[in-house]
Amino acid sequence: MKYEFDFASVLAQWPLFLEGAWTTVQLSFLATVLGFVLGALCAVGRGSRYGWLRRLVGAYVEAIRNTPLLVQSYFLVFGLSSVGATMPIMVGAVLALVINIGAYTCEILRAGIESIHGGQIEAAECLGLSHVQILWHVVLRPAVERVWPALTSQFVLMMLATSIMSSVGAEELLGVANRIQSDTFRNFEVFLVLWGLYLALSYLMRTGFWLLGLMVFTRRRKLGTPL
Amino acid sequence: MQVAAETVVHLQSVHKRFGALHVLRGVSFSVTKGQVVAIIGKSGSGKSTALRCINRLESMDEGQIRVCGNQVHDAGLDKRALRRDVGIVFQSYNLFPHLTVLQNITLGPTSVKRMPAAQARELALDVLARVGLADKAGSYPEQLSGGQQQRVAIARSLAMQPQVMLFDEVTSALDPELTGEVLKVMEKLAAEGMTMVLVTHEMAFARNVADKVIFMHQGQVWEEGGPEILANPTTPELRQFVGNGL
Amino acid sequence: MTSEQFFSLLQGAWGTLVLSLLTFAIGGLAGLALAMARISPARPVRVAAAAWIQLIQGTPLLVLMGLCFYGPNIAGIGSVPALLAATLAMSIYASAFLGEIWRGCIQAVHKSQWEAAECLGLTRWQRMRQVVLPQALRLATPPTVGFAVQIIKNTSVASLVIGFAELSYNAKVLNNSTFQPFVYFGAAALLYFAMSYPLSRWSLALERKLNASRR
Repeated sequence: MKYEFDFASVLAQWPLFLEGAWTTVQLSFLATVLGFVLGALCAVGRGSRYGWLRRLVGAYVEAIRNTPLLVQSYFLVFGLSSVGATMPIMVGAVLALVINIGAYTCEILRAGIESIHGGQIEAAECLGLSHVQILWHVVLRPAVERVWPALTSQFVLMMLATSIMSSVGAEELLGVANRIQSDTFRNFEVFLVLWGLYLALSYLMRTGFWLLGLMVFTRRRKLGTPL
Repeated sequence: MQVAAETVVHLQSVHKRFGALHVLRGVSFSVTKGQVVAIIGKSGSGKSTALRCINRLESMDEGQIRVCGNQVHDAGLDKRALRRDVGIVFQSYNLFPHLTVLQNITLGPTSVKRMPAAQARELALDVLARVGLADKAGSYPEQLSGGQQQRVAIARSLAMQPQVMLFDEVTSALDPELTGEVLKVMEKLAAEGMTMVLVTHEMAFARNVADKVIFMHQGQVWEEGGPEILANPTTPELRQFVGNGL
Repeated sequence: MTSEQFFSLLQGAWGTLVLSLLTFAIGGLAGLALAMARISPARPVRVAAAAWIQLIQGTPLLVLMGLCFYGPNIAGIGSVPALLAATLAMSIYASAFLGEIWRGCIQAVHKSQWEAAECLGLTRWQRMRQVVLPQALRLATPPTVGFAVQIIKNTSVASLVIGFAELSYNAKVLNNSTFQPFVYFGAAALLYFAMSYPLSRWSLALERKLNASRR
């Protein structure tokens, strides 16, 4: 029995696909920005002189990295609504994504921070810079430049993982696709279209990060060599 | 009547241990304003450690150090205030690789002294000219030779207008043909009246430029005097050291 | 939580383990083939392998699962057993990532080792098997063990489109009837943690040992 492809009925739903893709973009953007901030704070905390802070951040990172995003999302979203703290689905989804990506970003930034030569920090101290000034000018800026490729990969993977947010009701690309599937019953075609859309999104995201890197890291733009 | 020159650096019976290793065993010496003091000795004699104690990169276990009115031995010392008076140049230059030469030099003045950007830029260009690198303001450290990077490091320290400058074996990591350009800059600084304390292996520099030479051995000031002690050492250890060096 | 409910979670955990092991075995073999293809002397093979890996790495696992679950319909096959579809999807996914990890490790084995082996007169395959691969294996062990943790976590995705009865699926079912998310998802999280954390620590220990011995 030959299967008859019917892309027409699926592609007719292109406005819905676009809406879903836009939701995916919004989720990814918010989670990337907020996740980066959380990750940076945690990376700094990981190297703090306060033992309790180091252990706290360490526990958070290990808990997140050894459990799946799906279970974290269920726990957070369904858990919070069960104690009456209902929130819009998008807020819950962003929260789950931020808490998840924050832990991975922390580890990546941590590696970048530790790659900064101790001598430079000494030199900065001897110029009289404060701890915060040293952290910003001498540690974080070059650290982020160094791990930019790793950060890019991580955030792109997260964008792909936003598909899991459909399980808590988010109407992102996959959530929208589920609806289209129940209307058209062309499951395989829908997944093929999804495949193409996600590939396009990951290509766009990678390019975006690359361009952002060139804009922000002047040295890289001018010299072309890695730090 | 001769007026005594003002003492700007004074070490008194400084002891320092690294675990079981007793690196400094009662080091005492002083430096007066405008003096150039060269500290020489074998590796392991404690000379770098003594230098690093002066600007509190290392803490000391016993003894006193006074630098430009700062009590360096004091546990509650304001390190940032001390480091406004004392600059240091490291063996491995420690320039910030992600910043241009100009940015390396203006970072201190703008962040610490809250200098406006335009003024800091002028200061930086001026200081770069003094070390002979005014045309490299827009370059990044990796584009420069070792000697050029070290001169930028000196300029960076100079820009903070310190009263005393420390030099920790600043030519040891350089290829021989590059040490000359750095030593020339240091000579110029000495002639301009900068108070300098340098740990060095460059005997010719010590002989020609230093006002005082301190020979350290086994964590103590073994012999001290003008550069003539290099030609006529009193102690056998210095005699052996100088004999080997030449 | 009753003991039956806990047992249901344990059954889910077993499903997770089975899927993980199958994925590691099959995905591992495919990954090795991909790694070899990536360093093949034949340019079309290299390019094709690189393109395939890029393709898979740019695809969400969930979409891959959907394709593997509904795909066989076009060949006229009716319904595919959940475990089969999940294993297929996850193996394809894992092979792309493992292939890249292993390619990196093979290429990290110092070029001088390659050349020394060539000068001894060994064929390409002999060089591979006896000189390069054993050293690459040492380098590859920490990140591979680290990726095994990813595999375990990724099995949770099989609960969605495919509906495979692993840990997340069973926990969701229990929550649907009891509405105690903290209890059941918390327990599931603990079980995932118990499976993953030892591997994470092992990977870290291996990496430390490797760095120490290379100094």
